[in-house]
Amino acid sequence: MMMAENKIEKKDNKLKKLYQTKIQPAWEKVDKDKLSTVLLLAPYIILFTLFIVIPVLVAMGLSFTYFNVIEMPVYAKMGGFYNYIMILTQDEVFLRYVLPNTLKYAIITGPGGYALSFLMAWMLSQIQSTPRKYLALALYTPSMLGGVLTGVIFRTLFSGDKSGYINAIFLDLGFVNTPIDFLQSGDYLMSIMIFVTLWSSMGIGFLSMLAGILNVNREMYEAAYIDGIKNRLQEIFYITIPSMKPQMLFGAVMAIVGAFNAGGIGVALSGSNPTPQYAGQLIVNHIDDYGFIRYEMGYAAALSVLLLLLILMFSRVAYRLFGEKDR
Amino acid sequence: MASFLGTQINPKSFHKSQLKFYFLLVPVGLFMLLPVLYVVSQAFKPLSELFLFPPRFFVSNPTLDNFARLFRTASGTGVPMTRYFFNSIFITVATILLTILITLATGYALSKKNFKAKKTLFSINQTALMFVATAVAIPRYLVVTTLGLTNSFAAHIIPYLAMPVGLFLVKQFIDQVPDELIEAAKIDGANDWHIVTKIIGPLVKPALATVAILSFQFIWNTTESSNIYVIDETKKTFAFYMNTLTAATAGPAGVGIAAAAGLVMFIPNLIIFIVMQGNVMDTMSHSGIK
Repeated sequence: MMMAENKIEKKDNKLKKLYQTKIQPAWEKVDKDKLSTVLLLAPYIILFTLFIVIPVLVAMGLSFTYFNVIEMPVYAKMGGFYNYIMILTQDEVFLRYVLPNTLKYAIITGPGGYALSFLMAWMLSQIQSTPRKYLALALYTPSMLGGVLTGVIFRTLFSGDKSGYINAIFLDLGFVNTPIDFLQSGDYLMSIMIFVTLWSSMGIGFLSMLAGILNVNREMYEAAYIDGIKNRLQEIFYITIPSMKPQMLFGAVMAIVGAFNAGGIGVALSGSNPTPQYAGQLIVNHIDDYGFIRYEMGYAAALSVLLLLLILMFSRVAYRLFGEKDR
Repeated sequence: MASFLGTQINPKSFHKSQLKFYFLLVPVGLFMLLPVLYVVSQAFKPLSELFLFPPRFFVSNPTLDNFARLFRTASGTGVPMTRYFFNSIFITVATILLTILITLATGYALSKKNFKAKKTLFSINQTALMFVATAVAIPRYLVVTTLGLTNSFAAHIIPYLAMPVGLFLVKQFIDQVPDELIEAAKIDGANDWHIVTKIIGPLVKPALATVAILSFQFIWNTTESSNIYVIDETKKTFAFYMNTLTAATAGPAGVGIAAAAGLVMFIPNLIIFIVMQGNVMDTMSHSGIK
């Protein structure tokens, strides 16, 4: 009994000594402020690296390989550029449908949605605050529905039989004799997608621009009127936009990201990937098609990289227009 | 000068020059709401009205039948709808709380602490505003699998905690808090934990509310994690269930249930946003990219 207790005591003493001679001095040397900075940053940086940085890097790496999920990825032919070369020269679906569709869709819904957001925000800023609050809510509502619910709403409205509301109106007005199968027809799907995306484009960028317009210093306008500005249009271009460039840039970035993110809407509306006659096929859907349906991960990764480059290109333009690099 | 007063931004009183804006804004606002109103009215329609031709926009004999049927439905594998619903509530609450905590801590460090990589980190985050998660769904899936998160609740939560937009907004907002306040607290012996929870946290509530809303809107509506990361039917989310429900049930009867489910999904969105609209606008005043 005594022996055992002695042993424990000895061990305790050893630990105490170790603590006093090694750990405590080391702990005192640690810069507490730095440590706490590291602790504050660590969770975000770890998660950011794991789910944003690494995926982008992995996509870049995989894009140079052939990878079917079951076997290990192997280095792709043609010096690794096989996937890219295939996409840009052989992939008929990509070249004939996906790329033109994506560009058309992004150019209309990105800048279009952005211009619409700015216009609406500006008009809202011209009225009193109580009605403004309700109207802003009405305009913002579509953007908070999310892809699933938006899909449900427009699938019911554009339903291809007589029970579809839009078809019923068209039949009633005598525009058509038989219901149009809007969502399964290659002729209409893209237009409907663009319409739906514009409808739901007044999101966070819109709110940012509204706040930006409301915060422009009132004296700026007074001074401008003394200097000879005559109407609201001049006001917008000479005062409003220049004094809210940062918000304009935030809004632009959000519009671009929103346009590319909403790419799933075609599949949600038509209920199939690939979309009927590839009419609503965007890069995002093409990636899903190759990645999760055909399991050609290398090829899908190369498509992802092209998509990210496309987004970067669009954002570059936005930064050119509204960035304040030299400040 | 009279004309100038009429063209004011954020006017305090009514002036007839504002009328033209109302003439444009009110119809646009109504137009934006119409599809939503249609689904609301659809959700309350009895079967007979759902089958009606020509369809009517508004419901004439509202009933709760669709909701009753929705709550009684179960997926093909026998998982009741309520299970998905409570999964979603748990996942959403956990994600929002963790996101707020992480964003607040990082935002404080990026705004008020001094260290070498500060500017670089912030500009990396700013670049990440352009990040489109769907573009790299596959590598993300590989990361989730490697971490062994597949088929767990964590797979719904952890991949979505780092939110570049949220960090960006919170950091910009914390920049408005005067440094003297923090210096004073430090002299009184407060450490970073105290400063974050007792001083910064309460002061930047509007920004945190905005982060909560954005995080909510994403996590409540997303089907990605259920589609890709989770196989076990009992761990999937309400958004996922609703998506399968609406895809599977064709015809007017299905439309009624789908509309009811859509409404159940939408109401929390709306309530949260209305309650916090003021906070969001406050945050947005500091949202510019400089």
